[in-house]
Amino acid sequence: MREINVTQKLEKSKDFLRKLQEESGQDPGQCFQCMKCTGGCPVQFAMDYPPSQIMRMLQDGLVDEVLNSFTIWTCATCSTCTARCPRDIDIAQLMDTLRVMAFHKRRFNKAKNMRVFHTVFMDSIGSHGRLYEVGLALGLNLGTGNLLQDTDIGLPMFMKGKLSLLPHNIKGMNEIKRLYDYAKKIGE
Amino acid sequence: MKLSYYPGCGLSGSSKELDISVKAISGPLGIDIVEVPDWNCCGGTSAHSTGHFLSFALPARNVVKAEKTGCDEFTAPCPACYVRHFLAQKQLNEDAKMKRHLENALGQNFEQSDIKIKNLIEVYIDRFSSSNVTKPLKGLKVVNYYGCALVKPPKTFNFFDDPENPKSLEKIMDTCGAESIEWPYKTECCGASLCFTNQDVVWKNGRDILQVAKDSGAQAIVVACTMCQMNLDMRQAQINKKYKTNFNIPVMYFTQLMGLAMGIPADRLGFDKLYVDAKPLLHSLKLL
Repeated sequence: MREINVTQKLEKSKDFLRKLQEESGQDPGQCFQCMKCTGGCPVQFAMDYPPSQIMRMLQDGLVDEVLNSFTIWTCATCSTCTARCPRDIDIAQLMDTLRVMAFHKRRFNKAKNMRVFHTVFMDSIGSHGRLYEVGLALGLNLGTGNLLQDTDIGLPMFMKGKLSLLPHNIKGMNEIKRLYDYAKKIGE
Repeated sequence: MKLSYYPGCGLSGSSKELDISVKAISGPLGIDIVEVPDWNCCGGTSAHSTGHFLSFALPARNVVKAEKTGCDEFTAPCPACYVRHFLAQKQLNEDAKMKRHLENALGQNFEQSDIKIKNLIEVYIDRFSSSNVTKPLKGLKVVNYYGCALVKPPKTFNFFDDPENPKSLEKIMDTCGAESIEWPYKTECCGASLCFTNQDVVWKNGRDILQVAKDSGAQAIVVACTMCQMNLDMRQAQINKKYKTNFNIPVMYFTQLMGLAMGIPADRLGFDKLYVDAKPLLHSLKLL
């Protein structure tokens, strides 16, 4: 087992933890480790650290470990944890803020699929104003290298008239562009 | 009542049957649907996973456009879209900093937004009664599957229903004349958009949900969420392949069944768009 000096870790990570608290409006220090979040989490089996452990790691200043975790990316934001937390912490909101912070720091570690998906998705809206599903599927499969993912459902979708082969651009694309440019300008 | 309607990307494509059935039942229930003009995507999971501004600004642009149509209420039938618009309106009204950012970005000033943002169940629950039912769904045994986004977290949204044991779909199915079976998976998460990035989660959760539904004695699953519907219906064949199961459980929107109970022909309710064919079951119960 690795030893850590919690005092040093907390000193080193205090700016990050203050920012996390400001942006999420949540204080991980309130967690008393009852583990109800972990008990009810429907995705816990796919995580590297259960949600309650993420909370404990934040209390101990283990920021790098949290930002590099797969947990923050595979959380489905179902908010079961938030609904059941006896300390009223919006844990799903904390996970969301951690994802945003990891995205800005380009920390993806094992979350390559998520990096590709979110990037292609946001690019699609930035280009068309609406999601272009064929473009998303192509971009996702090429980016992740999972070339055959969901090819079995593409044809049935098309046959049912659910797949549009060409993108649809909204009229107000200039507004969407302004929103994207502004997001880049303020770094959010 | 004039209802501002946000179909979102899903209802224009992969969840067409929800769009079709909402449009079919709304008129007879006195609801006049007005689509949000030139709406844009709400940003989905990706916007709120990658930044704070766009996850607010994208749906806020739609809320502002909906406000201008003079409608009393706004709905986004997809619960994920509903959540984003509900939160965007809240921020528009309460978060001065974010509102200023939006005004700076678009070069306009925005007023307080008062349009009532409702989820699809809220839109119908008080407007649908036994007087609307001409063809009760006798003999149909269902489990109602709410998923997570509609009911959680309860303190953020004003949805009246219980977050752990909601009953509103039961009430609607009861009015339709169908029998709702109690089951423990009403609000379990299907994995939602992890279907794109971590399919094992969606297959496992889907398998569990389908298995519990089957064991409960349900003939069909009733849903209110587009992600849940796709993950259980479109992916049922993938789940069967992965787990060597043989589920054949129709997964229908509550709006499709409301329409059927209201005597609207099945071909106007998008039943042909489902992957697991519901027609053999409905035929066997003489509901078609």
